[in-house]
Amino acid sequence: MERLVRVLSRVPLHAVIIVIALIWIFPTLGVLVTSFRPAPDVATTGWWTALRVPFEFTQFTLRNYESVINQGGIGRAFLNSLIITIPATILPIVIAALAAYAFAWMRFPGRGFLFIMLVGLLVIPLQTTMIPILRVFNRLGLAGTFPGIWLAHTGYGLPLTIYLLYNFIGALPSELFDSATIDGASTLQIFFRLVLPLSITAIASVTIFQFLWVWNDLLVALIYLGGTPDVAPITVQVSSLVGSYGQDWEVLTAAVFVSMLLPLSIFFGLQRYFVRGILAGSIKG
Amino acid sequence: MGVSNYIFAFTNRVMLTAFRNNALWVLVFTTLTVFLGLILAVILDRVRYETVVKSIVFMPMAISFVGAAVIWKFVYAYRPPGAPQVGILNGFLSVFHASPVGWLIERPWINNLCLIWVGVWIWTGFCMVILSAAYKGIPGQLLEAARVDGAGEWQIFRRVILPLMMPTMAVLTTTMTIFVLKIFDIVYVMTNGNFSTEVIANRMYKEMFHFRNFGRASAIAVILLVLIVPMMLINIRRFKREELLR
Repeated sequence: MERLVRVLSRVPLHAVIIVIALIWIFPTLGVLVTSFRPAPDVATTGWWTALRVPFEFTQFTLRNYESVINQGGIGRAFLNSLIITIPATILPIVIAALAAYAFAWMRFPGRGFLFIMLVGLLVIPLQTTMIPILRVFNRLGLAGTFPGIWLAHTGYGLPLTIYLLYNFIGALPSELFDSATIDGASTLQIFFRLVLPLSITAIASVTIFQFLWVWNDLLVALIYLGGTPDVAPITVQVSSLVGSYGQDWEVLTAAVFVSMLLPLSIFFGLQRYFVRGILAGSIKG
Repeated sequence: MGVSNYIFAFTNRVMLTAFRNNALWVLVFTTLTVFLGLILAVILDRVRYETVVKSIVFMPMAISFVGAAVIWKFVYAYRPPGAPQVGILNGFLSVFHASPVGWLIERPWINNLCLIWVGVWIWTGFCMVILSAAYKGIPGQLLEAARVDGAGEWQIFRRVILPLMMPTMAVLTTTMTIFVLKIFDIVYVMTNGNFSTEVIANRMYKEMFHFRNFGRASAIAVILLVLIVPMMLINIRRFKREELLR
């Protein structure tokens, strides 16, 4: 009897949690289901009607994906996203690892001031930089090119990546560095032999962040690449499909799902690093 | 000539709407993300399937705003009364024979709140993860002691848990405010600022690329910066304090 009361008293708790979980999962589920339904069905019935007979596989089709990848330009855009994202992730991470080490363990004039600037830059809206940088890019012929957007993403990514890595590298025990110096290791040797292997998990989580940030970015791509389909990343392409296929949900949902493929696999595969990165950035203070 | 851009920014009707909407975003988005994050952090600690629900709530953090915007545009989809509803919200209403609602059209409250909710859906997971870490950092003996002293769960929450999590919540609130002042993608994809849903950042983009008016766009960018400077100073002060503690 007592046990029953205890179980019953917890029913509201479970109910609240399950309702929240459903609210969070339903929108994405709807998109997933719709992307596999034929166009006439999508236009005339709600996607939830397909759930009444979920294992009736004849009601599903792959045609939406086929058409979105070919005619919708999503295939090309996926490739562009990769071309943009990979260098725009590696470049800032390499620079940030070196810079974080320098800020944490090297003494040089202006170090304090520079770091305060960096902390300030963390919150500067990138909108304030768009017009001046675009002017420079236009003069240098970088606007609308991949190298241009690699540079832009590197610049925008550096403050946070340096800050996150600094938090980690700065927390390494100082005895480590003392004994390495006594043994005659050079600064670069210390970096490659000591700092890098020790902070590999931190670097992994920051890399995931930067990758997702660049992959999911819309504004930077719109500004510095413009809307031309031969360089547009997948976010730009999806948002332009919203304009042209507004009500054709089978097209839009398939496009969105292709764009989510990589981020979602990274999320479910590397969730631990992802969470660790978030905590490193904000739990302090 | 320079001043005229600022006069425009503070007198133009659409700009004033944008300011109002940004204020609404800051207020509602920040409150809801931090509040829901706190609730989830505390209640999920009490069930065994915590990690599963956490993954579900956290998942939107991995997808783009563009993706989230399309996902929710579909949830809010509207067809005229009588036509079959394909959006789940209006589909739900039609079960009760209620007339469908134009979620993204009904100005100024329903559509703006619907847009803000998309942001909340994405960012609550972020707040939850951080607050959950802070919550699990509270020593168990402290809560035990309170229980032994006869405090109810609600009292423990109000008198013990909340004060201890306050610093983390303050940091989160500034982070969310800084972030949401620049909100762009959701509005750009879902309504493009139509039906009184304009926000500052989207207006700037329009001035820049649709009207080629770089002077006005620059003025808007400067205003955005000025709004964020106080947050920046708070950040720097906190950073300096932490450095002293190291």
